[in-house]
Amino acid sequence: MVKRILAIIMLLIVGFWMANALSGVPFGEDKMLVGKYYLENVKEQTGAVNAVTAVVVNYRGFDTLGEVTVLFIASTGVGALLWRKKKERTAKSEGSVVLRTGSRILLPFIMLFGAYIFIHGHLTPGGGFPGGATIATAFLMLYLAFKDYEIEHKVFEPIEGLAGVGYVTVGLIGLAIGSYFLFDWIWQTWGWGHENIGRLLSAGFIPIIYTLIGIKVGTELTGIVDNMVREEVKGND
Amino acid sequence: MNCIVCIEYIIVAVMVLSAIFAVEWGDLLAAVVGMTAVSLFASVLFFFLQAPDVAMTEAAIGAAMSAAVFIFAIKRTQRYESEEEGAGWWLRW
Amino acid sequence: MISLYYFGAISLILIGMYAVLVKRNLLKMLVGLSIMETGVNLLLISIGYVSNRTAPILSEGATPQNTVDPIPQALVLTAIVIGVATTALALTVVINLYSKYKTLDVEEIRRLRG
Repeated sequence: MVKRILAIIMLLIVGFWMANALSGVPFGEDKMLVGKYYLENVKEQTGAVNAVTAVVVNYRGFDTLGEVTVLFIASTGVGALLWRKKKERTAKSEGSVVLRTGSRILLPFIMLFGAYIFIHGHLTPGGGFPGGATIATAFLMLYLAFKDYEIEHKVFEPIEGLAGVGYVTVGLIGLAIGSYFLFDWIWQTWGWGHENIGRLLSAGFIPIIYTLIGIKVGTELTGIVDNMVREEVKGND
Repeated sequence: MNCIVCIEYIIVAVMVLSAIFAVEWGDLLAAVVGMTAVSLFASVLFFFLQAPDVAMTEAAIGAAMSAAVFIFAIKRTQRYESEEEGAGWWLRW
Repeated sequence: MISLYYFGAISLILIGMYAVLVKRNLLKMLVGLSIMETGVNLLLISIGYVSNRTAPILSEGATPQNTVDPIPQALVLTAIVIGVATTALALTVVINLYSKYKTLDVEEIRRLRG
């Protein structure tokens, strides 16, 4: 009880201090400094119409590579901590008729929608990460509907690895041709797509990198779900 | 009467109320549902703040993936917060 | 005083921190941690908002003088995905703790030291 009261008093002090600090940051005023430069030059330098995805992939592409690495470490950690010699699904009953039929019908449409999100990342909101999460949601729905469903491990794990290797290869090609790692060689050296701003085939290597990120995030989250669902079944029971 | 500011007040109030319930309930499945509700209302607030990429990502990842991973962890551990009986009316509603 | 969005974000951070400090169940602490991450993301985006402007997608009709700040949105896009990855990793550690100690109470796990 004493711990509760002390915690509440300390939290009220912290909250009052934060509110006092935030009253000096006026809400809704124009305080852009670096953002103004990015907004004015994004159409000529990258060719993308969506300024947020151009910042994430083109101007700050190395930080996105760091994020893909953190996701990979988390997924490998989940697989390593939950490894047992023999794992099986322990669901006791299947889903109802509505769930089974609906998931079989909806599966290709959900995957198509996820692919649409990450292919059009430079034109409409979204990008690689929500597209990959949508594809993982499609497989999660299959896990929930059927009692004995498992993904094909021999297909998913090489795809995940190759997508990650592909991202680093795209960066290394930029290093080999031009000046720096993750140099946008399609837009700046070859000059493809300069007349197509606002349409699908433009914006340099942003669609290529977002396709690789979408595939990698989708298969990674599906791998996390698969590792957490299957439990160890003891042999003599 | 009908102003967009009223909707913002209502959504922020329901989000904070849902967070308080998520922390307080003794049934862990109910707590996960409260956490998902916080995530969905935050996604609507991201839309009001003119950030469509972030709203889509929060809705896809916060509502679907985070809740699913929590529910699988609850399946493999225990469902109720503490196993004692008669601990008070506020623990098991 | 302060704006409505700042108030909502700060309350989420405080509620999450209360769950981490006071509760004894490990899964309840992780629920609080996840609510705290949502609050921090909301605070970051509400700092970059400019009144009466539109989303940072420069199609027909939106000029660079007419959009909100794109940089906090790029930052939060990364932070949301990393948040769910670390939550999944923390939950697998909790699963392994339960299978070894048969309880999820932090006070008892601290005393067992098995």
